[in-house]
Amino acid sequence: MRKEPEITPQLIEKHGITPEEYERIRSILKREPNFTELGIFSVMWSEHCSYKNSRAELKKFPTTGPGILVKAGDENAGVVDIGDGWAIAFKIESHNHPSAVEPFQGAATGVGGIIRDIFTMGARPVLCMDSLRFGPIDKRDGEKDLSSHVRRNRRLLAGVVAGIAHYGNCIGLPTVGGEICFDESYNGNPLVNVVCLGVLRHDQIRKGRATGVGNPVYYVGAATGRDGLAGAAFASRELTESSHEDRPAVQVGDPFMEKLLLEACLELFAHPEAVVGVQDMGAAGLTCSTCETASRGKSGIEIELDKVPQRETGMTPYETMLSESQERMLIIARKGQEKEVERIFEKWDLHASHIGYVTDDGMMRVKQSGRTVAEIPARPLADEAPVYVREASEPPALPQVDTPCTIFPESADCGQVILKLMADPTIASKNWAYRQYDHQVRNGSCVLPGSDAAVVRLLLDELCGTGTPQVKPGQPVREKYVAITTDCNAIHCRVNPRQGAKMAVAEASRNIVCSGGRPLAASDNLNFGNPNKPESFWHLRECVEGMAEACRFFNTPVTGGNVSLYNESPDGSVDPTPVVCMVGLIEEARLITTQWFKKEGDLVFLLGGMGSGLGGSRYLLERTGKKMGPLPPFDFEAEKRVQEAVAGAIRRGVVCSAHDCSDGGLAVALAECCISNGRLLGASIQLPAVTPRLDDILFNEAPSRVVVSVSPEGRGTLEEACRAAGAPVCEIGRVGGDSLEFLADRRVVAALPVDKLRAAWHDSIASLVEK
Amino acid sequence: MRFGILQFPGSNCDQDCLHVLGPVLGQDAFYLWHKEDDLRQADCVVLPGGFSYGDYLRCGAIARFSPIMREVKKFAERGGLVIGICNGFQILVEAGLLPGALLRNRTLKFRCETVHLRVENNRTPFTNMCQPGQILRVPIAHGEGSYFADPQTLAEIQKNNQVAFRYCNEKGQINDASNPNGSVENIAGIVNARGNVLGMMPHPERASEGILGSEDGRVIFESILHWARQAVLTH
Repeated sequence: MRKEPEITPQLIEKHGITPEEYERIRSILKREPNFTELGIFSVMWSEHCSYKNSRAELKKFPTTGPGILVKAGDENAGVVDIGDGWAIAFKIESHNHPSAVEPFQGAATGVGGIIRDIFTMGARPVLCMDSLRFGPIDKRDGEKDLSSHVRRNRRLLAGVVAGIAHYGNCIGLPTVGGEICFDESYNGNPLVNVVCLGVLRHDQIRKGRATGVGNPVYYVGAATGRDGLAGAAFASRELTESSHEDRPAVQVGDPFMEKLLLEACLELFAHPEAVVGVQDMGAAGLTCSTCETASRGKSGIEIELDKVPQRETGMTPYETMLSESQERMLIIARKGQEKEVERIFEKWDLHASHIGYVTDDGMMRVKQSGRTVAEIPARPLADEAPVYVREASEPPALPQVDTPCTIFPESADCGQVILKLMADPTIASKNWAYRQYDHQVRNGSCVLPGSDAAVVRLLLDELCGTGTPQVKPGQPVREKYVAITTDCNAIHCRVNPRQGAKMAVAEASRNIVCSGGRPLAASDNLNFGNPNKPESFWHLRECVEGMAEACRFFNTPVTGGNVSLYNESPDGSVDPTPVVCMVGLIEEARLITTQWFKKEGDLVFLLGGMGSGLGGSRYLLERTGKKMGPLPPFDFEAEKRVQEAVAGAIRRGVVCSAHDCSDGGLAVALAECCISNGRLLGASIQLPAVTPRLDDILFNEAPSRVVVSVSPEGRGTLEEACRAAGAPVCEIGRVGGDSLEFLADRRVVAALPVDKLRAAWHDSIASLVEK
Repeated sequence: MRFGILQFPGSNCDQDCLHVLGPVLGQDAFYLWHKEDDLRQADCVVLPGGFSYGDYLRCGAIARFSPIMREVKKFAERGGLVIGICNGFQILVEAGLLPGALLRNRTLKFRCETVHLRVENNRTPFTNMCQPGQILRVPIAHGEGSYFADPQTLAEIQKNNQVAFRYCNEKGQINDASNPNGSVENIAGIVNARGNVLGMMPHPERASEGILGSEDGRVIFESILHWARQAVLTH
């Protein structure tokens, strides 16, 4: 056996442990830690596992409500009631750092990790979604050659999308939507946030607990190797020029292995008498899964490393405990049920290794060849990491744009600007990406990628796992429908983090409502820079407080999520990016609504008013290359009135399409209504008196606005729904023709043939990436 | 009618097929585990889509050695109806039950979208409810779906009228622009010479319910049911 290194101040520092933290470790152990124990503490007390820098902030989120069955932080994912004894488990999680270094495997294993979190809860995963951010992939105006950044960003985009496709397609989960945005601030540090949602009956909820002294602890799945060594610690520091040397900290994914694990676990969970607890081995692998199950179970756990399947020889206890090899699960079985557990895993050609048992002494004890190599009280290790309240200071305000805008003249040709915005990769169609994802497997995708929210049908027979189907021929299966979306406008959050975060929650909620749903709950992924930088921490705190207030207002508790800090590259930190994933329930199939126009002659209405103010807009960025404030005002009550009006009109059955105004303002929203389905439909839009400026009306990104189309007979009903909710509504035009026309004072101010719009928008990303 | 749906460990359209054949079409549909050696009196065997054994090597290359596939071969030789969808098509080709091969898409990328198919032969057990030249809207989702056969095999396939479906555009025209994966002669599905085994890359089970956007795929399952009823009548 190799000799373990001596514990020196340098070694402690290399593990990211401060002198104060080291003192705390000594007082927990009542002695000096050995090398393995030091490694174990370093990963468990990393930001990724302990949230030590953000925990105090996360407490501000509302986490409870009548529908919350498992709340944030208690288990691997939150669980929310959807009625009739059914529930959903869902969560968003980041894999930013691994994806920066190795985009394909980084993204693939991110998908694998979030899927494990969901089936660990006892739920059958039914869909995935991704929220992705990269540096720009297009050349700046006037630039001759592609910068090295642009080339790298294209490689990262291609690699991340291929990695997501590889994992999701193989395991058989539809990737039903998400976002892809591009901005300078993500140069060198892409954001890869992945979502999974699963379905279960209330009585199927599983817990990650080790209880019952003497109960056997099983290790199932892939063998442990040196891949992903200390990945959690890697994710908790800044990316630097030499980060590529950290490539061994990136894991390699095997979706087929995970498919076997998923099916075997769901089959095992159908025998509740056999299983006490279950936990996936994600970040910090064997370390995290053992100490967390023991801590939650208020018990102890003892494992023997010689029994852990290993795919490399000569692995030290340090390496085995810190490995983040993928597709591994820890199962706490009930004593006497060993045969049943082993039989089910054998059926799936998986070997369940009995590596230890539950104890009652509160210790996480690790042995190798009978010799104790680590012995740490489980609870302090898992749950008593230091909590820091970092210094926060507001950065200098960004430059401001006035209204009416005086810093640049109005665009001479707003039509050209619309075309340019439609081809902006952040706004352009993402078909290049989602055509690579199987987005229809599982026969549930009712609204495919490309509308305000994805809508997925949930079937009762999905709960039957892979055993004998519980459905009778010809007997209809009970159905439910969920709408799911991810949203965040990071420019808004950069300009005004508190309001930007509120608007992200409001937009997510609005997207659910536009799809015919009622928002239920949210999961958040907080992507920020180094928390030790006071400005970064200020961004984090502002955004959390804004989101918390909004989630409370919309009655959508936060059921869990993820914090990713240290998103920095040599060029600086990323824009504050608090991604909101929101899920809603659609009560009946007839309420499912999409964003595109349906029929010539339908009337177009704008709910929520024309808005004004170009601060924070895509248009402003396009024109000036700058992010400038202030954001147009946001008012919770006004937002609520608009959402109630849309929901009311959909319930009354008159809404043919509903689409919220977001990136690019009213002009882009209308263009998307014309072209985002296979069938192109033009529209003629009558703008109100143009004050102060046409570009202000077309491109302002004022929140709380929705474009709705109804048949002429539906006009009265729509207006009645708006009146009942107290929302402003204005008829702005009519669907029809081959172009999207804007008229002001009976004069055509912009006219865009829909096929031209479609081409600019549909093929933009492919034309940049496939070159 | 009894539909046995094969389940390899990496099958992932098995539940979709079960849902459509059972609750939607009212048939007696059940799973057949890959380690079994009994088709349990299935009247029709379905090989669903997925990644049978992970398929890191070549899609379907390992599945053909599974115990259940020995039974499927015997069943097909006796004239039993077998339909392979997507990965199921790949397995049938690997198992030698259908001619040709499925190569990586010419873009080298996985492709998921709804395509148009033209029914080329409506006198098979799987297409007999279709009009000649009928156009169907059915989704595809595959990375290795580019059908290939050498010229001699291709000539044989043509001669026997074995091409069931070709990729086309919405007007039914067959051209390169309507070919999503580079398949030779836009071939999307073929039957064996005897006509009792069908392999197709598109997913009819994903186009069998209005709520999912198309019901055009149902006609394939309804053809199977119709064929079976006719067979009973003529016996």
